Amino acid sequence: MARIRIEHLRHSYVPRPAREADWALKEVDLEWADGGAYALLGPSGCGKTTLLNIVSGLLRPTAGRIFFGDADVTASPPGERNIAQVFQFPVVYDTMTVYDNLAFPLRNRGVPEARVDPRVREIAALLDLAAMLPQRAAGLTADGKQKISLGRGLVRSDVNVIMFDEPLTVIDPHLKWRLRSKLKELHQRIGITMIYVTHDQTEAMTFADQVVVMHEGTVVQVGTPVELFERPRHTFVGHFIGSPGMNILPCRLENGVARFAGVAIPTANATTKTPNGARTEIGVRPEFVRFASAGIPVRVAAVSDAGRHQIVETRHGDTVIRLLLDERDQVPTVAAHVSFDTAFTRLYVDGWLAG
Amino acid sequence: MTLALKNVVRRAGGQTHIHETSIALESRGFNVLLGTTLAGKTTLMQLMAGLVPPSSGEIGFDGRNVTGVPVQKRNVAMVFQQFINYPNLSVYENIASPLRVARLRDATVAERVARIAELLQLTPFLERRPAELSGGQQQRTALARALVKDADLVLLDEPLANLDYKLREGLREELPRLFADRSSTVVYATTEPAEALLLGGHTATVHEGRITQYGPNGTVYRHPVDLTTAQVFSDPPINTAEVVKRGDTIRLSERVSWTAAGSLRALPDGAYTIGLRPHHVLPATGRGGVQVDCTVLIAEISGSESVVHFDLGGLTWVSLSPGVHTFKVGETARFELDVASCLYFGPDGARVAA
Repeated sequence: MARIRIEHLRHSYVPRPAREADWALKEVDLEWADGGAYALLGPSGCGKTTLLNIVSGLLRPTAGRIFFGDADVTASPPGERNIAQVFQFPVVYDTMTVYDNLAFPLRNRGVPEARVDPRVREIAALLDLAAMLPQRAAGLTADGKQKISLGRGLVRSDVNVIMFDEPLTVIDPHLKWRLRSKLKELHQRIGITMIYVTHDQTEAMTFADQVVVMHEGTVVQVGTPVELFERPRHTFVGHFIGSPGMNILPCRLENGVARFAGVAIPTANATTKTPNGARTEIGVRPEFVRFASAGIPVRVAAVSDAGRHQIVETRHGDTVIRLLLDERDQVPTVAAHVSFDTAFTRLYVDGWLAG
Repeated sequence: MTLALKNVVRRAGGQTHIHETSIALESRGFNVLLGTTLAGKTTLMQLMAGLVPPSSGEIGFDGRNVTGVPVQKRNVAMVFQQFINYPNLSVYENIASPLRVARLRDATVAERVARIAELLQLTPFLERRPAELSGGQQQRTALARALVKDADLVLLDEPLANLDYKLREGLREELPRLFADRSSTVVYATTEPAEALLLGGHTATVHEGRITQYGPNGTVYRHPVDLTTAQVFSDPPINTAEVVKRGDTIRLSERVSWTAAGSLRALPDGAYTIGLRPHHVLPATGRGGVQVDCTVLIAEISGSESVVHFDLGGLTWVSLSPGVHTFKVGETARFELDVASCLYFGPDGARVAA
């Protein structure tokens, strides 16, 4: 087990990167504490899988270094890094029993049978696979096989890190809840560093203590789920996390006060200096917008039933402002006003949190 | 177009994939088939398309019996989870291909392709070949090709399953709008209850080869006819427990009980199953509801919501509440059950009372 440190990491798939766009990873510096639960979250093409492959040793970075503890492993092949990986699609030997599948990573490393058996049974119990141990893997459903994949990733207790690449994408929602909580429980039990790559914010936020949000080859924010939700450092984070994402309203600054639609909007942060021509915006999540007797005049454009709440889409001119209402609340029929909770209303300059 | 299945059964390889099913889908509307993997959604779509014949029963388009009519002769567009594109054609020509087959004028083709490409965020890639696109972009190309023509029946089998979360969110909003001014009947299969709700329209819940309920999706969600439907239409999974009604008292355990209200009182005494969705089980604030003290098993915070799994007398229940509530695993915490939102089911699984 080890702390993982990534320094000035850059990677390009182009032989001679010239333009900024040639870099799949632009400049990444990260530190992952031993035993932590981390998620790499971002849309496809953001660089998260590249980063994962560099950590596992499948890719050699164009520039920068990786340390496991104090050892520089930048040039080490995957086999020397002592890593377990779980992929999107199950990696299972169909002809073997569930037991032998789970035992494989241990036997492969020459672990004596006396130690293999209790470990296999422990992991099987945690994943509700105990009753299936004598069965052949071939007869199992897709999610049964993915559970074996997870088990194979988790069975070794001597790995530096366990990496998951979209492990629940192929799993039905009902089972996803169960497996996600299982993973969380396992992490609390075995205390090995886990890195979980996903584009699904719910998976990232519920699994990880710290979420690394990536966008176009850079890390835009590292934070706890609550920090990412309540205090996005960049409008991209505000948009990407939350469903629906943060409302982003263009605004003007007058004497340091943000104004939208001629209405002064108090914000939790402020800025003293704004570069000429900078883009200024207000960010506020739908959770912190409410109908009010005064504020920004809007019309109600659409209401969607999301079960536990209603998502109301209002518009002021071309600008969309969404808010959430309880499933039992009445939605104003046409014209209304909305106001924001100041503590969660923030000012952004050129996309970045001001001040 | 109206689509009706009359007493349709589908058997294959000695197994019954679809038990006798009759359904008349909302025409010109968005119809969702909601169910887990292998519930029978894909088989139902194959029957609707004419890709497989029913073992018995009838399929009608606009009152016309089309049971024996092959897929080529039905004006159907389909998108399945596994997408296929023409590798040697540009993205533009891939999308345009059904319109070329229909011999539409170039100007019409250009306009229709441009509109659908914009919607699916494919405009910058129109000159590329499929192999030069990411997986998500290739899937969107196939989706665009199915949507560009005006089919009577559009079958979408988990078309967003392999796409990024945010892209799905946008398309989920746009898809119903795209069909709003068309005459197509759309059938959309998904495993996700939230997706079924947000798509609007009607939902048929599918379980083990049977349609358990069909209706406006808010109705099916809030007034499920049976426990299976409630379970299929809940994410996170609906909490369930056995209760006993005696007189005016509903008893879940020695320590947990409440007073039967409204139409519940008229129920005969006996054993029932209750279903209570996780957002009706909240960390206690003393505002009301039935209070229970339970051991916390797992606590997850998604940023905007907190999910707590806890032990309720040997059952694992889940609470989903807005905001951040921190709990330690193993601690005893108090939750309140909004029992007015409980659904009650009889021994046969059918819902009883309100």
